[in-house]
Amino acid sequence: MEIGLNHYLVLSTILFAIGLVGVMRRKNLLMLFFATEILLNSVNISFAAISHYYGDLTGQMFAFFVIAIAASEVAVGLGLLVVWHKRHNSIDLDKMSTMRG
Amino acid sequence: MELFLYTALFAPLVGSMFAALYSGSPKNIIAGIIPSILLGVSLISSTILLVLVLTTGHTLHVEMMTWMATGDLYIPFGFVVDQISVTMMMVVTLVSTVVHVYAIGYMSHDKAFNRFFAWLSAFVFSMLILVMSDNFAGLFIGWEGVGLCSWGLIGFWYHKESATWAANEAFIMNRIADLGMLIGIFLVFWNTGTLQYDGAFAAMQNLDTDTLTWIGIFLFVGAMGKSAQFPLHTWLADAMEGPTPVSALIHAATMVTAGVYLVVRSNELYALIPNVGLFIASLGAFVAIFAATMALVNRDIKRVIAYSTLSQLGYMFAAAGLGAYWVALFHLMAHAFFKALLFLGGGNVMHAMSDELDPFKMGGLGKAMKGTMILMTLASVALAGIFPLAGFFSKDLILEVAFVDHHFIIYSVLLVTAGLTAFYSFRIIALIFHGEDRHTALGFHPHEAYKFMLWAMAPLAVLAVIAGFLFKGTYFEMITQLLPATEYHVHSAVTYWIMTIGTQAFVIAAIYFAYKKYMSKDIKVPDGTSKMENSFAYKLLINQYYIPYFYEEYLVKPYRELSTVCWEKVDQKIVDASVDGIAKVFYTTGVKTRTMQNGNLSTMLKWMVAGTVALLSLAVVFGLAARYSGEIRLFLSGLGV
Repeated sequence: MEIGLNHYLVLSTILFAIGLVGVMRRKNLLMLFFATEILLNSVNISFAAISHYYGDLTGQMFAFFVIAIAASEVAVGLGLLVVWHKRHNSIDLDKMSTMRG
Repeated sequence: MELFLYTALFAPLVGSMFAALYSGSPKNIIAGIIPSILLGVSLISSTILLVLVLTTGHTLHVEMMTWMATGDLYIPFGFVVDQISVTMMMVVTLVSTVVHVYAIGYMSHDKAFNRFFAWLSAFVFSMLILVMSDNFAGLFIGWEGVGLCSWGLIGFWYHKESATWAANEAFIMNRIADLGMLIGIFLVFWNTGTLQYDGAFAAMQNLDTDTLTWIGIFLFVGAMGKSAQFPLHTWLADAMEGPTPVSALIHAATMVTAGVYLVVRSNELYALIPNVGLFIASLGAFVAIFAATMALVNRDIKRVIAYSTLSQLGYMFAAAGLGAYWVALFHLMAHAFFKALLFLGGGNVMHAMSDELDPFKMGGLGKAMKGTMILMTLASVALAGIFPLAGFFSKDLILEVAFVDHHFIIYSVLLVTAGLTAFYSFRIIALIFHGEDRHTALGFHPHEAYKFMLWAMAPLAVLAVIAGFLFKGTYFEMITQLLPATEYHVHSAVTYWIMTIGTQAFVIAAIYFAYKKYMSKDIKVPDGTSKMENSFAYKLLINQYYIPYFYEEYLVKPYRELSTVCWEKVDQKIVDASVDGIAKVFYTTGVKTRTMQNGNLSTMLKWMVAGTVALLSLAVVFGLAARYSGEIRLFLSGLGV
């Protein structure tokens, strides 16, 4: 069986759904970062697949951009996380509610 | 000349505002003097205008500015000085000036002296607007202004519950009538398309009688309220709660005459509907005798004078209803002079007796108060219509009008009333000034009023004497340029002399009878035991035919109960409940949705996702709908939508 564009898109959708559920359900900040990575990378898969399908490199270029931005975001995020953990000794989301509405 | 018009009109307003500046501060004589001077200025301007109208016959019509202009509706602030309004202006400004000067003395011990003059001048200003306006809308402004100022002045001593009650009664009674008046004005506009007097009356000539009858009736309902005609008359006697200068002003110049003025002003309308005119005349005659009978027994001098005004207003309406508009206006003028004089004299007596109003407790005051006695007696003679005082020329003329027009029932009713008028006027004169001294035993020490108060009353006394024979000819010449110039002459000379001398003899007999009965030595303060006081007629009259009782029992009380039901059932249970319900919905929504913003990142992310999904689904739905709009329309038309 030939692996076609649709397979990639289905994989991307599944990954996106997993990421979305992770974003909504996870209470651990670290796990939230993982879920965000999954979301971004599911989109990257779509970009790469569609770019290959159309023979247009713009999509793959975008994927690189996304990877770069995700990396820097994680760097900042992890830094903050480390500081938070040092101060509160916990990275539970439910306890991060000092800005209660 | 416009300058004089504006001066006459706005000087009282300036005076009112000047006095109002002091309304919060303690008594300041300036607050009384400046408005009085300004009213004097207004009087002088009116006189100049009168001379202008008299000598040249020109009338003045100015448009100060546009008030409303939308579509077909055009109402300017326009003022007119013609023969009718200049007469009214003279009466109003003259009586008001006298009353203002008098009030400086009368109110000199009152704490709210300054406020009094603010209201008083505003009252005069409203009345001037009323009589000078050239359209029905301006008339209505003045009409309401007069109502408002009368409320403020009748309830001037607002710490007295009876005064506030009387003020509210007057205000509410007038509102009831004003509704009629307003409907009348709407009908005028609806049918003629304009509210300007000249345009409206010109257009009325082409309207059918039914419409005109309705307009006439509704306008007259307004006049009935302001002029206190039956059945809206009860407020007038209760309005005696106000300070006496106010009573003089209301009765002589600034309020009750407005109704008569309206009918005279609308003479072209009422000339087209003689049936309504006849009704007005009959009602007038009825009110004349009705009020006079109540005055016979009343034991409050101010109320007696008030009923006498009511009775004289009946005369005026009788004349106006029979088409003798100039006679009605003439009687209005003459009546203003002697009625103001009577009231101001009554005020002197009231002051002398420390606010005691029961004439049975007075007696023999003539010794202490010679000036007041002379002035009041003069006014009463004029009121009774003795030759050659003012009342003879104006009131007997009304009798002649009724006689010449062959309305013999109205004539005889008015004739009997003339006798009653003489009787009750001299009843109080005799009780107050003559006979045995009854007040010393009760601990009163009467004293005469200030000299300047008596001098202020003097012009009125002079006019009450000379207004009849001096002015009648000139007045007739002037006013008939505008009003129908019907002369009323009894055809046969013999009948005329019999009528005149008969009436005079009848009136003099009534006066003699009053003196004889009430100067006798055995007049005592009634204590409710005498045979007369227990008779049915006396009870009927002293209770004002039980009309106030009837109103209280059968109108006020049911209305109050209905209001309670409406308040408790309709207002609280339905109106309030629905308004509160709407507020509650929002409040509960707020309380319930507040948990969305609990600051928890996880929750917020969930809402964010939910929002994105919702927006995406909407985008998809609309996108599909836009793409398949043709098919959807086809489908819907297939369903018959």
